[in-house]
Amino acid sequence: MNHWIIAPVVLPAFVAAFMVLTMRGHLELQRIASLAAIVALNAIAVGLLWSATAHGPEAYFMGDWPAPFGISLVLDRLSAMMVALLAFVALITTLYAIGSGWDAKGAHFHPLLQFLLMGVGGAFLTGDAFNLFVFFEVLLIASYGLMIHGGGARRTRAGIQYVAFNLVGSSLFLIALALLYGVTGTLNMADLAAKLPNLPEGDAALLRVAAVMMILVFAIKGALVPLQFWLPGTYANAPGVVAALFAIMTKVGAYATLRFVTLVFPTDLPATGTLIPAFLLPAALVTLAIGALGILGATTLPRLAAFAAIASMGTAFLAIAHMSPQATSAALFYILHSTLATALIFLVSDLVSRRRAHLRLDVASPVAQNGLIAALFLAAAVAVAGMPPLSGFIGKLLILDAWRDQAFAIWPAVLVSSFLMLLGLSRAGSLLFWKPSEPAETAEPAPHEPLALTAAFALLAMIVALTLAAGPVTGWLDGTAASLHDPAAYIAANRLEVVP
Amino acid sequence: MEALLASVIGLLSAVGIYLTLRLRTFPVILGLTFLSYAVNLFLFTAGRLTLNAAPIVGTTDAPADPLPQALVLTAIVISFGMTAVIMIMAIGGHLQAGHDRIDLDEDKA
Repeated sequence: MNHWIIAPVVLPAFVAAFMVLTMRGHLELQRIASLAAIVALNAIAVGLLWSATAHGPEAYFMGDWPAPFGISLVLDRLSAMMVALLAFVALITTLYAIGSGWDAKGAHFHPLLQFLLMGVGGAFLTGDAFNLFVFFEVLLIASYGLMIHGGGARRTRAGIQYVAFNLVGSSLFLIALALLYGVTGTLNMADLAAKLPNLPEGDAALLRVAAVMMILVFAIKGALVPLQFWLPGTYANAPGVVAALFAIMTKVGAYATLRFVTLVFPTDLPATGTLIPAFLLPAALVTLAIGALGILGATTLPRLAAFAAIASMGTAFLAIAHMSPQATSAALFYILHSTLATALIFLVSDLVSRRRAHLRLDVASPVAQNGLIAALFLAAAVAVAGMPPLSGFIGKLLILDAWRDQAFAIWPAVLVSSFLMLLGLSRAGSLLFWKPSEPAETAEPAPHEPLALTAAFALLAMIVALTLAAGPVTGWLDGTAASLHDPAAYIAANRLEVVP
Repeated sequence: MEALLASVIGLLSAVGIYLTLRLRTFPVILGLTFLSYAVNLFLFTAGRLTLNAAPIVGTTDAPADPLPQALVLTAIVISFGMTAVIMIMAIGGHLQAGHDRIDLDEDKA
């Protein structure tokens, strides 16, 4: 048994507890421990990525209990990719938090971040539906703490809305799990996939209810319309660096949807059939439209970035809704790209916000270090809108190509929304960087923070690398998508006991 | 017994949903608590309702399903923790803002 599979869960959990117990109040020590743990997490993630590519899906049985009875973690190419993405985004945001001093604005930033990594990493790796709920709660409770990091009445009250919304989501998740367990008697995802095709006809209605509720919960996490209301308020009020880290948290919703629609509720399952894509497609289109319009109408840069996150989720869910290996591969590429791009636009928005007197998008307050920040904003805007030369263009192209069979309906939606996003981002950019006439005199004093800028540029470099390596990456993702749509190896890895 | 439990779960959910849609934080938190009670009972029924059955094979004719009991325990612990967190945040928000309205409209920048 490969014990490294559980390392992305155990390592952050241990480091977080260790930091709280022994480094309380020692920010420097916490920074060193946190960075060291995240560098180690990156190394482990690369190792797991290699292992999943070379050996195929592999299960880890907690306490060595056989699969449907104990909890199993399953490492396959998709989960390995998501863990690697998580580790990279965590590295960037930690460097940025240290460089910008965000982690000094309240207690326990680093332990909370480690607990968030534990929850997200566990959600990516788990092979058990109830365990997925538990890891959702772990990542949520850490995110509540991070969201109100730094304090302030408005941030705290935005946080209450966020918590309340997610508590309702957790209740829905539990109801869906109870229904699933009631009709199948198991919550292991591979076991569900094996048992659901033989479900008695009378239970099909209950299963459909469970499936829709499950997808609703993931839609809450993924900010899919009409469940996106929590996102703009939360992300725009959270500290910029935390919002950048949350870019991967919305992707947990996309990951879980992808996992469930390919493994547990595939379209050839008689009870659910094409029920889920029939819901997902219109919701994704409206999400994309609302994201694009939100970018156009945003009054502050953090809100603009939050709507960019919504638009990116709309595009990702659009690709997932097609339910074909080609579209899934496109969705995975877009998830990789949009996580990096969303994180970048939040970091840029934070860089800009701390160089201006106020947050509103107008000409009244110029930005210090105008040229450098403007260049970063331009790159982030190109990445977010999906314009060439960066990888968002390739991602959108792949999605358009996958939707060739319904080009008359889908293509205009994607293209018009991209145009609206371009318009909104250009408007914000020209208001912030071009229109102010006297940058030097009235600008806020420029903070000197080389590490924060390095982190933002490293993120940009990764997007450029993804663009340059798009060929090999899409080749690898095609293999990942093919194995997702043919989950026999995933199920076999669980070595299910045959219950008499 | 099924009818009783079903109507109790329905009543608790109805109360929970009504209170969750209120404007102040305290009723919202109460509503979330009621919702979690309803969900916990519902989770419990996923293992079928049995009377006087131990969750151990061999002690009674038809053993009760132990797994939903373990799931309910986990769910109770988690919802308890979450309620404590949102309670603290609500008190913090109330003290800082001077009121406990849940919407953010009136203090828009």
